[in-house]
Amino acid sequence: MRLIQKVGEWFDLRLQLGTPIRETAKHPVPRDTASWFYVFGSAALTCFILQLVTGILLALIYVPSAGEAWNSLQTLNHGVALGWFIRALHGWGSNFMVAIVLIHMVQVFLFGAYKFPRELTWIVGVLLLLVTLGMAFTGQVLRFDQDAYWGLGIGASIASRVPVIGPWAVNLMLGGPIIAGATLSRFFALHVFVIPGLLITFVGVHLLMVLKLGINEWPMPGRVVRRATYMQEYHQLTHDEGIPFVPEAVWKDIFFSCFILLAIAVCAIHFGPFGPGGQPDPTIIQTAPRPDFFFLWLYALLSFLPPAAETPILLIGPAIGILVLLALPFVAGEGEKSWKRRPIAVLIIFLVAVALGTLTHLAEHTPWSPVMNAWSSEPIPPQYVHGRTALEREGALVFQAKQCHNCHSLNDKGGQRGPALDAVALRLTQDQLIRQVIQGGGNMPAYGKNLSPAETTALVAFLETLHPANQKPARNVSQAVTLGESEVSPR
Amino acid sequence: MSAENGISRRTALMKLGVFLNGVIGVFLAVPIVRYLLSPVTRERKVGYDSWLSLGGLEQFPTGQTRLATYRNPLVNDWDGETGSIACWVRRVDNQTFQVFAINCAHLGCPVRWFPQSNLFMCPCHGGAYYQDGSRASGPPERGLFQYRYKIENGKLLIKAGEMPTPGQPVANRAGGKPTCA
Repeated sequence: MRLIQKVGEWFDLRLQLGTPIRETAKHPVPRDTASWFYVFGSAALTCFILQLVTGILLALIYVPSAGEAWNSLQTLNHGVALGWFIRALHGWGSNFMVAIVLIHMVQVFLFGAYKFPRELTWIVGVLLLLVTLGMAFTGQVLRFDQDAYWGLGIGASIASRVPVIGPWAVNLMLGGPIIAGATLSRFFALHVFVIPGLLITFVGVHLLMVLKLGINEWPMPGRVVRRATYMQEYHQLTHDEGIPFVPEAVWKDIFFSCFILLAIAVCAIHFGPFGPGGQPDPTIIQTAPRPDFFFLWLYALLSFLPPAAETPILLIGPAIGILVLLALPFVAGEGEKSWKRRPIAVLIIFLVAVALGTLTHLAEHTPWSPVMNAWSSEPIPPQYVHGRTALEREGALVFQAKQCHNCHSLNDKGGQRGPALDAVALRLTQDQLIRQVIQGGGNMPAYGKNLSPAETTALVAFLETLHPANQKPARNVSQAVTLGESEVSPR
Repeated sequence: MSAENGISRRTALMKLGVFLNGVIGVFLAVPIVRYLLSPVTRERKVGYDSWLSLGGLEQFPTGQTRLATYRNPLVNDWDGETGSIACWVRRVDNQTFQVFAINCAHLGCPVRWFPQSNLFMCPCHGGAYYQDGSRASGPPERGLFQYRYKIENGKLLIKAGEMPTPGQPVANRAGGKPTCA
């Protein structure tokens, strides 16, 4: 024991870090902040440290070369002892880190912690969110599979829409004219050197300010932040009735970090590593690229935006979003902190959560995408062809052969790009069906050139049978009047 | 007085030192920026595109659309499979072709050809195109990108080498009508 103390003293005489560390540990914090709501910042830091360690471990094997990366990931998964586990830890650690950073941000927002004097802490926090998302995106690229390859194509297509400098931005992003070795190399440099450097810097500044300015006190309704008096009030809260950070508050941080690490490890063991998916060979086109979980909402948004509005929204939307986040502490730097007195803040969080959740859910089902193989894999339900005429069955055949099923579902099977056709005869008359098939419209291609008159007749005859047995199909009343009842085909 | 002079002299020397560092910094920044911009500047002079063969005309039957692949003109040894690019070749008649980029005009995903319904469909956001590459439905704002082509010694050649993207002037120029060289 004496020896350890002596060694410690030897180092401290030279480093002189003992006193500042003790002071930092013992610094008083408001009593209420020793709460389970205040553990997310430290948990995010724990995730980052895990990412740092597992990232370095992966770099021992990974080859950042377009020709070799995929193979080196296979080696990591199958050829190196527990390589799969390190990959799984890194992948799940990434998901947990993004999730915890978001939760931390929501908590800080709802607790009014961005208000005076912590404006800069919030701004650095916004930068931390951006670099965390940057790490998630570049990391997805390093998992150099089909999704990564086409994901880069999507990134390049978005970059190319920037006015004037678009094409140059694409070349800069890809490191050349196409997605290739140079692209992977520069994303490797970003993921391993540039963004982590920024991340470490921002984390340092963020933590320094948390220590200098003190942790945000528990918001009490009616305790209003004013620039003139806040510092003194906070001083009172901490020094008169505060508690030392270590150990009174920190034990909850430590326990929660343990829990998060355990949860990441359990996910890693149970679900295993992410991919890699198919080989990054652009001549293999039988692929449906999808982004990772935290970018799914964007994937959904890109398919729902009207074409004309897409470019401006894509380019201006993120800038506005980031500006709003950065401007928040300056617009609302004073006033109530408690969420109980800030209904609009609660409503915003609720709306954003519902919007992102809905878009993510939709992106997991991709109703906007044709089901590429539905025409050959999903049969027409038997009840739709049972007891039908030869012409109607011929129409069912046309329905399959012309890939109508890829976009239209029958009995909940098939694509959802277009409307389900189980009861289409209730909505459209014969003439309307013919017009819709031949001319298209309403986001449907025109099939006039691709169907012979006989095929169109058969297809429409089949579509006219699609209605519930107890409901009559739509019919054109004026047609019956002009042509006389006998001329209209009875059904 | 002399002390004051000394301080001002040392301050002046310090400022001179800072200035010299600034000059050297700028001197070093120029090549660094030049290096970083090399994908834009160096290759741009010669251009990324060049004429590439897709193979003999007999591979492309009249009235059909077939997948063809080529090796990008500018590749490195370590590019692996990423240096190979696919495209769709439609032979309209004996001498008329349309060569479409594989990339959807929306966000670059690989479009697939369905000969039964004569449509190109995109798996990402549901864009669809007619057989002549014009937009049929979905989020794309325009038809498929087309490569310029020419026929030489019974071979189909296309001018390619750069990934087509919506903002690219080259892609927009080549789009629309087939341009026969």
